[in-house]
Amino acid sequence: MAHAHKLEIFRGLVKFKSNTQKIWGVLIFLSIITAIEVVLGIYKPESLMAKFIGMKILNWIFIILTLVKAYYITWDFMHMRDEVKALRRMVVWTAIFLILYLIFILLQEGGYIESIYSSGYIKRDF
Amino acid sequence: MSNTVVATEIEGKAWGGGNEPLKASYGKMMMWFFIVSDALTFSGFLAAYGFSRFKFIDYWPIADEVFTHVPFLHGQELPMIYVAFMTFILIMSSVTMVLAVDAGHHLNKAKVTLYMFLTIIGGLIFVGSQAWEWATFIKGDFGAVQTKGGNILQFVDTEGHRVALRDFVVAEHGERTQHERKNGIWFVSEGTLPTYTVEEVVNGLEAHDNILVRTQLLDENGEKTVLSRAESLKQLKNNGTHVVEGANLHENEYGSPLFADFFFFITGFHGFHVFSGVVINIIIFFNVILGTYEKRKNYEMVEKVGLYWHFVDLVWVFVFTFFYLV
Repeated sequence: MAHAHKLEIFRGLVKFKSNTQKIWGVLIFLSIITAIEVVLGIYKPESLMAKFIGMKILNWIFIILTLVKAYYITWDFMHMRDEVKALRRMVVWTAIFLILYLIFILLQEGGYIESIYSSGYIKRDF
Repeated sequence: MSNTVVATEIEGKAWGGGNEPLKASYGKMMMWFFIVSDALTFSGFLAAYGFSRFKFIDYWPIADEVFTHVPFLHGQELPMIYVAFMTFILIMSSVTMVLAVDAGHHLNKAKVTLYMFLTIIGGLIFVGSQAWEWATFIKGDFGAVQTKGGNILQFVDTEGHRVALRDFVVAEHGERTQHERKNGIWFVSEGTLPTYTVEEVVNGLEAHDNILVRTQLLDENGEKTVLSRAESLKQLKNNGTHVVEGANLHENEYGSPLFADFFFFITGFHGFHVFSGVVINIIIFFNVILGTYEKRKNYEMVEKVGLYWHFVDLVWVFVFTFFYLV
């Protein structure tokens, strides 16, 4: 168990000598991502305010960076990288499928209700 | 008959235990499945937040303007800094946790003890910060006036900077006192009265030419609409019902009450997870000190609580993005 860790991240681009070293490496990476998010969140560059597939580019960047962070927390801190494929897929794909489904339904419905309000059929119904 | 026996023997090998197709112990696997179900609970909350936000997409509060406070730095606008600090604390405690797991694999009791201790401290700092943030949010900052339709009118100067009610409204002596059980009808009571009445706010606004009303409506640049001077007075006089200071489950000086409700609910549920994580960590910490796992020659319990602890961190990463950034 103690020697079963896979020590490469970024698809083998970076290879660490020990598990401890990998942990610190991942911490540095996650900190950099958080710093980028905070700086973008404070300054909100005008160039990233344009819309891309219905959402600001800035928000796409935030969501993608969050998913990257989530990946490294799960894969390296929770050692998902070292689990067998079956367990990994059972956990990850189940969650991802159900969450995407839920998000789609609720956001679609929220957007629909907003369109009802803004097109003036109902002023305020509660 | 003989066929059945043979079949049972094969089954005995495949299903009778000892065979681990997932190469994970029962406890660890169940922790993973618990995490999946808990992740679905949290995504239910966050998706519901998204639903409400999409529903009121043009009226939603801007999180940057709400969470600008940092302890010991009064009156400075520092959006996001403190939440970023909290995120970092939680990631850091995740790191100490994974170092504890790693030390456990090497059966190094002293190191496991140290790293578990640091993890607990990190968790406590996070919960404390969370409590501070709640207190600041509940207390409020600038104050606002609620309209008949349930919307919020805030006050800005001509340059668009927020102005607090205390800076331009003078409280006059009023006859209205708080209704308590002891001085009124015994089965009815009311909360603390706001510092100012709407009439006092109107007087204050009339006396200061440089103050304008800002509504909840977002313009195409994603900024709140500021009314003209005449329109400001008209809105306040015609529609203002009462002064709102801070936030609770019914009203919220920052805008939509739903924003406050989701804030309390999501960060509260997450904070509860962190709190229970700290309690579980403390139990495991004492087990480590007592040498329970030393005797077992196996620190897998540390690994299991570690999974839970990382999951709490993972959830925070999403809460941070969807509540504070997006």
